[in-house]
Amino acid sequence: MMEGKSGKRSFSGFIEELSGASFVASIASILVGLLVGYLVLLSTNPSNAAQAFKALLRSGIADRRSMGQVLYFATPVMMTGLSVSFGNKTGLFNIGASGQFIVGAYVAILVGVRLTAVPGQFRWVIALLMAMFAGGIWGALPGVLKSLRNVNEVISCIMMNYIGMYTVNFLITKTVFDPLKNQSLRVPTEANVPKMGMDLVFRVGNQTSSANGGIFIAVGVAVLAHIILERTKFGFELKACGFNKDAAKYAGINERKCIVASMAIAGAMSGLGGALLYLAGSGKGIDVIDVMAQEGFNGIPVALLALNNPIGAVFSSLFISYLNVGGFNMQLYNFAPQVIEIIISIIIYFSAFSLVLKTWIRNLVSKKNKSRVVE
Amino acid sequence: MSVIYFLVQQTMFFSIPLLIVALGGLFSERSGVVNIALEGIMVIGAFAGILFISLVQPALPGQPVLILAIVLSMLVGGIVSIAHAYAAIHMKADQVISGTAINMFAPAFAIYTARMIRTVQQIPFVNQFRIPSVPILGKMPILGQLFFTNTYITTFIGFGILALSWVLLYKTKFGLRLRACGEHPQAAESVGINVYKMRYIGVAISGMLAGLGGLVYVIPTSTNFNATVSGYGFLALAVLIFGQWKPLGVLASAFFFGLLKAVSSTYSGFEFLRALGLPGYTYKIMPYLVTLLALTFTSKNTQGPKSAGVPYDKSSS
Repeated sequence: MMEGKSGKRSFSGFIEELSGASFVASIASILVGLLVGYLVLLSTNPSNAAQAFKALLRSGIADRRSMGQVLYFATPVMMTGLSVSFGNKTGLFNIGASGQFIVGAYVAILVGVRLTAVPGQFRWVIALLMAMFAGGIWGALPGVLKSLRNVNEVISCIMMNYIGMYTVNFLITKTVFDPLKNQSLRVPTEANVPKMGMDLVFRVGNQTSSANGGIFIAVGVAVLAHIILERTKFGFELKACGFNKDAAKYAGINERKCIVASMAIAGAMSGLGGALLYLAGSGKGIDVIDVMAQEGFNGIPVALLALNNPIGAVFSSLFISYLNVGGFNMQLYNFAPQVIEIIISIIIYFSAFSLVLKTWIRNLVSKKNKSRVVE
Repeated sequence: MSVIYFLVQQTMFFSIPLLIVALGGLFSERSGVVNIALEGIMVIGAFAGILFISLVQPALPGQPVLILAIVLSMLVGGIVSIAHAYAAIHMKADQVISGTAINMFAPAFAIYTARMIRTVQQIPFVNQFRIPSVPILGKMPILGQLFFTNTYITTFIGFGILALSWVLLYKTKFGLRLRACGEHPQAAESVGINVYKMRYIGVAISGMLAGLGGLVYVIPTSTNFNATVSGYGFLALAVLIFGQWKPLGVLASAFFFGLLKAVSSTYSGFEFLRALGLPGYTYKIMPYLVTLLALTFTSKNTQGPKSAGVPYDKSSS
C-alpha cells in the first residue's frame, strides 16, 4: 500500500512540475521537431510524404503487437536514460552509460547461459542483480577517480566505454561465444525475464511482440529513483552536491561519498538496462564487433527530454521508442528511418531553448494576472 | 628500422585528426563554451568533404580535390557549429543539450541524405591523396623517411594549425580577449570586450577545425565513408582535457594517444611484442587504459577554463 501511495504522489509531483511553462515549452519543441521531420519527407519525395508521416505517427498504436514493440524498445533506453538523469541530478555527466550497459549485458548473459545449477526462474533474478553489480562497478570507478584524483568524469567515462566494449568482446569469445553468428550465445528461454502476461496482451493472432516483464522492472526502478531523490535524506544530499558543491560541503555533506554513490547507482541502472535487453527473450546476442552499444548514448536524449526527472524518463523513452517504431514502418514508403533521429535531435535542440521560452511564457502569463500572488 | 617508420606514419594518421579537433575544442572552451558536439561536427564535415570528393573525383586530379574538400568541410563544420553557438550564447541553453542534439543529428542527416541520393548509406572514394615522398625533403636521411614519405598534406596542415593556434592564443590581443571570456566574462565585458562575439568566434573556429578533422580522420583510414568517425570527437574532448586546455599539452596528449593507438594496430610487426604472446585484446585496450592511468596521476591540480559551460548573461552582471 505504502509503495503504491508514494508512487502516486511522485507521479502527481511530476505533473505539477511539468504543468505550466516547461510543459508548454516541451510541447512546442515536439511540434517543431515533427514539423521539420515532415518538411524533410516533403523535400525528399512529395508524393509519398503525407502517407509516410501518417505511418510515422500512427504505427506505434496501430495494433497491439506494435504497442508491444514500443514497450520492448523503450525498456533499455529507459534504463540508460534513468542512468544519465540520475548523474545529471547530482551534477555528474554520465557519458559512460554505453560501457556500463554492455558490461551489465555480458554478465547477465554469462549468468543466464552458464549458471545452470540454478533453475531458470531464479537464474534471471541473479543475472539482473549481477548485471547491476557489474554496471555499478563500471560507473563507480570514474566516480572514485573523480573524488580521489580529480579526474574529469567525462573523459574517464569515455575511456571506460572503450575498455568495456573491448573487454566484453574479448570475454565473449572466451566464455559464451557462438562462432557461427560471431556473437554471444543466447540465454535459454527459461532463464529470460518472465513475460508477466505481456505476450498475451500485446499480440496480433499468432504474431507475438517482444514485450516482456522487463518494462515493469524499468518503471519500478524509475519510481524508486524518484523516491530516493525526492523523499530521502540521501537523495537530498546527492542533489545538494549537484546543485552547489561548496554549499553542500559547508552543510556537512560528504561530497566524495556523493560522487561515488551517484555514479555507482547510475552505472547499476545502465547495467540493468543491458541485462533487460539481452534477457528479453527476443533471441538477441551481443555482436562481437568493435562498435559501442548505442543504447548508452541514446540514454542522453531520453534524460534531456525528461528534464532529468526519473518519471519523465519513462515517458520520454516511450515517446522516442514510439517514434522509432513509426520510423521502421515508414520504410514501406521508401524513406530511410533516420528521419526519426533527425526529428528527435531537432526536438532536443529546441528543448535547449526552454529556459528562454519559459521566461517568455511566464512573463506573458504574469502580465495577464498581475493581481495573482506567485507562491 | 622500417617498422619504426611505419609506426611513426601510423601514429600520424591517428594523432593529426585528434590534434586538429582538440585544438578546435580548445578555442571553444577557452572562450567559455563547452562543445561536446565535436563528434557530430566531425561527421558532418567528413560527410560534406567525402561526398564532394566522390562526386568530382573523376573530373579533377588528386591534391586540388583534397584542398577544395578541406575548405568545404571547414565551411560546413563552421555553419553547423553556429547552431550550437546560438543555443549556448543567445539562448543560454545547457550546452550539453544542444551538443547532444548535433551529435544525434549529424550521422542521421548523413545517412538519410546518402540513402536518398545514392540509395546506399556508404560513400566510396578513391584515396589518391597519399604522397609517396615529398620532393627534396623526402630524400633526407632518417627524417625524410620518418616525416616526409607516405604522408598527406593534411599532416602538415595539422602542424600549421597548431603553430597558428599557439601564436593566436598567446601572442595576440584576440587570444588574450578570448581567454578572458572563458575565465571571467564579467571582467572582460567591463573593459569593453564583446563577450558574445568572442564566444561566437571561439565556437565557429571549433566547428571549422572539427569539420576538417573529420575529413582528415576518414581519408587515410578508410575508402568508404559510413557516417561515423568512431568516437574520435569524444576522444578529442579527452585529449583536450588531458592536454590541460593548452596547445602544447594537446599536442603531447594527441601524440601520446596516437602512438598507443598505432602500437595497437601494428604490434604484430614487432618481434619482441609478438614474442610476448599477449592476445590482441591487450593492445586494443592499451590506449584507453594507459590514458586513464596517466590521468589518475596528472589530474590532481587540473582546472579547466573557469567559466566554460556557464552561459553569460549581459543583463545580470
